[in-house]
Amino acid sequence: MSAMSKELSGIAPPPMAMLAELTHRCPLACPYCSNPLELKSVAQELATEEWIRVFQEASEMGVLHLHLSGGEPASRRDLLELTKAAVDCGLYTNLITSGIGITEKRLDALADVGLDHVQLSIQGVDQKQADRVGGYKGGYERKLKLAAWVHATGIPLTVNAVCHRTNMDDVPAIIELALELGARRLEIATVQFHGWAIKNRAQLMPTKGQVEATTKIVENARNALEGKLVIDYVPADYYATYPKACMGGWGRIGINVDPTGLVLPCHAAESIPSLTFDNVREKSLQDIWYHSDAFNAYRGTKWMQEPCRSCDRKLVDFGGCRCQAMAIAGDAKATDPACHKSPLKAKLLELANEQIRPDQNAPFIYRGRYNFP
Amino acid sequence: MTDVSLSKESIVSFPRGVRIKEDKVRERTILVAPERTVALDEIGVAILSIVDGEKILAEIVEELSAKYNAPKQQIGNDVVAFIKDLQNRGYLDVKS
Repeated sequence: MSAMSKELSGIAPPPMAMLAELTHRCPLACPYCSNPLELKSVAQELATEEWIRVFQEASEMGVLHLHLSGGEPASRRDLLELTKAAVDCGLYTNLITSGIGITEKRLDALADVGLDHVQLSIQGVDQKQADRVGGYKGGYERKLKLAAWVHATGIPLTVNAVCHRTNMDDVPAIIELALELGARRLEIATVQFHGWAIKNRAQLMPTKGQVEATTKIVENARNALEGKLVIDYVPADYYATYPKACMGGWGRIGINVDPTGLVLPCHAAESIPSLTFDNVREKSLQDIWYHSDAFNAYRGTKWMQEPCRSCDRKLVDFGGCRCQAMAIAGDAKATDPACHKSPLKAKLLELANEQIRPDQNAPFIYRGRYNFP
Repeated sequence: MTDVSLSKESIVSFPRGVRIKEDKVRERTILVAPERTVALDEIGVAILSIVDGEKILAEIVEELSAKYNAPKQQIGNDVVAFIKDLQNRGYLDVKS
């Protein structure tokens, strides 16, 4: 490796992908939003030039995919300028959007500057359900319109559907909808219980039966739709034998930058109180990736405890999710309680079963709207 | 994104959102697509660098067989297998 020093490659490989949370502002208020409970304000957001510098640094250090996300990235008035800058420095640029705030004209302008890919979230397969989950009336109709505009530009479309107890039975209809919208790729992601989702766990926790049925449906659809639709599926880890390889390993593949320039190993990393994070306003992205305490905290395998340390899967799933270990075990270095080897696995399942009892139509605690009726 | 099967007259092209990129930091050539990167070996690079959305499959095979001084039959088999795989993953469009 000539373009990268031996010293750096001994610490970690260069990052493949960057998630740029351009803003925490969003018209939607999904009850499982991955943004932290403490949302950052507009006044704290990075300026246009700061984001552009971050994109250039990312490209130079080896990032290939850039995901422009939020909140709703279209809430940034400079989205077009940011997209152009990202494309110009060679990044494969993906817009992750709710579909709200993008007109046909704005989308065409984004297509003209070279936007590579659009990922559109859907909250359900009918207006009533989708708008209830998103907490935004009329959202569903606008999403369908955006999908048609994207299709017309030729930009590949991914539909992203976060699944939970109230919509998991609709997975076959979700697959149909993705095909109707002309998506080339569909992400079916079971809700991950961090932050806002924990507040709504009672309504969101899928049943074991739902999860098993979904896994079968996805498997069959993948075979039937090969060459037509790529389906990526994130199953519910509570009911799994092994934990998910969260982020593909801490500080190994992905780097997140929050709206204020804070650099995080994953979007929920702020839920680990012992970690401190660096900001692109003070340090270079490269310096933070290779040398910051937060990124080195759970890199490799040296930090692991038993049963991870002697496990032959430690380089397969990297001990699972650090934030889930923190939330359930109270120790970010513990084995992810989703793993069958965790002493807390039984407790995790008990927690899931207890949570399933309440009425799934009980009101949500919406993201950012503490007093929503 | 079609079910078109490959023939000698097929025209192969990259759909929007899929392209070849020089990965300078890792010193390799890759295919970038939505949420995916595919590292290409020498043969993959050789095939895809001829794909221009105009040449028909027979011309691609001919060009490669001349370049590598190898029988057309063998090159043809390799090219078809490679292109079919990428077509199934949505990384190449095929028009008959």
